[in-house]
Amino acid sequence: MANPETSTDSSLLPDDDPSRRDVILIGAGAFAAIGGAAVLWPLLDQMNPDASTLSLSTTEVDIAPIEEGQAITVMWRGKPIFIRHRTAKEIDEAKEVKLDKLIDPLARNANLPEDAEATDANRAASDREPWLVMIGICTHLGCIPKGQAVGDYKGEYGGWFCPCHGSQYDTAGRVRVGPAPQNMYIPPYAFTSDTKIKIG
Amino acid sequence: MAHPSTYQPASGIGRWFDSRLPVPRVMHDQFMVFPTPRNLNYWWTFGGILSFMLAVQMATGVVLAMHFVPTPEGAFDSVEKIMRDVNWGWLLRYSHAVGASMFFLAVYIHTFRGLYYGSYKAPREVLWILGVLILLLMIATAFMGYSLVWGQMSFWAVTVITNLFSSLDALIPGLGTVLVEWIWGGFSVGGPTLNRLYALHYLFPFVIAGVVILHIWALHVPGNNNPTGVDVKTAKDTIPFHPYYTIKDGFALVVFLIVFAALLFYAPNFLGHPDNYVPANPLQTPPHIVPEWYFLPFYAILRAIPNKLFGVIGLIGSISILFFVPWLDTSRIRSTSYRPIYKWFFWLFVVTCIALGYLGSQAPDGWYLFFGRLCTAYYFGFFLLIMPIVGLIERPKRLPGSITQSVLGSEAPQRAVSSESAPEGVA
Amino acid sequence: MTILRALAVALLAGLAVPGLALAEEAPNGHGPVIEAQEWSFAPPFGSFNQAQLQRGYWVYKDVCSNCHSMRFLSYRNLGEPGGPHFSKKAVETLASQVQVMDGPDDKGEMFSRPGRPSDHFRSPYANDQAARAANRGALPPDLSVMAKARGSGPDFIYALLTGYEKAPADFDLTQGMQYNKAFPGHQIAMPQPLVDGVIPYTDGTKPTVDNYAKDVSAFLMWAAEPKLEERHKIGARVMIFLIVFAVIMYLSKRAVWARLHRRDHTHVT
Repeated sequence: MANPETSTDSSLLPDDDPSRRDVILIGAGAFAAIGGAAVLWPLLDQMNPDASTLSLSTTEVDIAPIEEGQAITVMWRGKPIFIRHRTAKEIDEAKEVKLDKLIDPLARNANLPEDAEATDANRAASDREPWLVMIGICTHLGCIPKGQAVGDYKGEYGGWFCPCHGSQYDTAGRVRVGPAPQNMYIPPYAFTSDTKIKIG
Repeated sequence: MAHPSTYQPASGIGRWFDSRLPVPRVMHDQFMVFPTPRNLNYWWTFGGILSFMLAVQMATGVVLAMHFVPTPEGAFDSVEKIMRDVNWGWLLRYSHAVGASMFFLAVYIHTFRGLYYGSYKAPREVLWILGVLILLLMIATAFMGYSLVWGQMSFWAVTVITNLFSSLDALIPGLGTVLVEWIWGGFSVGGPTLNRLYALHYLFPFVIAGVVILHIWALHVPGNNNPTGVDVKTAKDTIPFHPYYTIKDGFALVVFLIVFAALLFYAPNFLGHPDNYVPANPLQTPPHIVPEWYFLPFYAILRAIPNKLFGVIGLIGSISILFFVPWLDTSRIRSTSYRPIYKWFFWLFVVTCIALGYLGSQAPDGWYLFFGRLCTAYYFGFFLLIMPIVGLIERPKRLPGSITQSVLGSEAPQRAVSSESAPEGVA
Repeated sequence: MTILRALAVALLAGLAVPGLALAEEAPNGHGPVIEAQEWSFAPPFGSFNQAQLQRGYWVYKDVCSNCHSMRFLSYRNLGEPGGPHFSKKAVETLASQVQVMDGPDDKGEMFSRPGRPSDHFRSPYANDQAARAANRGALPPDLSVMAKARGSGPDFIYALLTGYEKAPADFDLTQGMQYNKAFPGHQIAMPQPLVDGVIPYTDGTKPTVDNYAKDVSAFLMWAAEPKLEERHKIGARVMIFLIVFAVIMYLSKRAVWARLHRRDHTHVT
């Protein structure tokens, strides 16, 4: 039989006001829970990008040296940005593609609404169709596709080819052969002059 | 004191797990129903507070480690980055720094409690020794942690304290220098030193946690001491740890946190030294090199002794002497409450330690040096002379017959009580 | 030890000179005693005065930044709440007015470009050696955390900036140094940086040395502790929470222990 002196079973001991004691204990428990949550949040939030990382959000690029048919890669927020100066042939090829032939019909352009369609006009720079600016990361598992250098194999659609699992992109950066599910993303950017782009 | 376990798993899953790894059983037996003397006062809440502070330092330390850069070029800057850019970085850094001070405040109170109530006496000698070991590990950890900031005080404190080992050259020529260069990883304090201090600073708290587990284990074998120093005689002398001491420790912890929060939010640099906001400069020594407040008494003892080697021996001796306390104190009475002569010496010892703390912050000349030496003499005299001698010659007050009697019975100290304290027939 | 003694003797000797209102020396060689000032940000409920911080920034920018770097600050900090809180446009303008080094470019060369909010404050010198060379061997310290790097930080900075005066007749002033009441040792390499009217104030505050010193000291305090206001604000909430929590815990403790005390009184011994 449980020892009343050492037992924690409250039914064995006379109580004059169990409900008041319970209220106080519930209050104590609630405060402890709130305090615990308040302590836990900073411990978790400190892992989020810090203020200096968030501020490094713009890069300016001088595109004057990029000849027609050439492309450069710059870094923005730790990611490679493909900037290609497309030839007339590449532009025409991109424009001819019917939208229903595309694996991913959306533009994936941060400068446009989410539901914008993946037309060449919605992919290339507005009013400057030779210019294509994209985040150069394959939307399958994150490799960097080949196609920036003149001698690279660009896949069957003349854009980019990802060596990891064989995804192929066309001259507007849209995925044509998987396993990549989406077109390469277009970051927020703007032309600050005819020869300068500000990304981010 | 082995008690048969009364744990009954509440569910099928509980029984399944209990038969494979009885952790819930151990938690139940050791932290819920554990029979604890019913007369523990608030000085006994600091063990729980210390466990909490260890967790706080580990949690804040791990997240700080995600941002800290352990190189001479990057360390100071990375701490400032934490303070300015990392989300809540200022809160985490100040919590860790002020937390270290609060950790030491608690451990000193906890240690003085042990000294006052004779908690180091048989059969708790190993418990006491493990405690002193934890204190030593804490001292090492805090010293290394402070150095990581790589401010002027960080750098020069490491230089001064590691240079102490070169005093061994006086014993065996060359030994000290070899040892110091091994510690430094170079010919002076530098990048290799910082990196290894970081690695060890991260490691030691886990060692401390392991020793804390042994410390609690060593406590639970005989059970807690209590303010009377009289052993537990019957079940009536004890109450279950939960809910009585869980709630009492919880209350004490919240009060402790009020002090912690007041310092953290309103005076976070009060206990620190401004020179540590100056990046380390190996070519410029600060005018006064002082450690953090919790090291000041030992620093005062070090500087009180004029010879370098003996100063180092004094420094190490002032902490190591604690290991021998169970055998230095000859009194058969545990609690100082019942030792009228020793009590005066004890409180004088407390005052001496506080005085040594103040003296450690001042330059050691003139009156400061004189009193530093006087207090150092009393410090060692307390352990080496007072403890053995007073215990033998003192006539103690009469002890209560039992814990229950001390709580329920007469308060008059001189009243003769029979040793039969528990009424017959009480279950 | 001997250097300390020499310093202590020098300071005490300075005290012995009659008839001059010297700052009182602190005991044990800790330097001149610094008078405490009133600051809007003093704990526990203090906060910065935004207009003062803006003026202080101008003092730093136009006077101090010619020699002193502040490498832990970025231009974007000037627009963050809890500080001077300049507008976003003002921050971009302030940043772009400065030329910062960047690179290397594709030719491998470093180049100059206008600053951005994300850039750190431009340092006046490329490195410490260049700073020393330009200042007769003295290194103007970085000011990012100066308000915390000296005991009684802003008080000390204010005292120093307003502490320039003629050296006492028998003070041995080294060639090239200036006498300063508040500086430990009383000799400082920095010539007096502030004079009345050195920069314009546009909000009606008098452009006096006293105001410049006050404003830049407050600015430097913010620069050292940009999170001060947030810390005080959260601190108030935490203290109230903990005090209420302590009361609840005390009542809980009493309620739980009441069981035991009741048992003691009902069990007759």
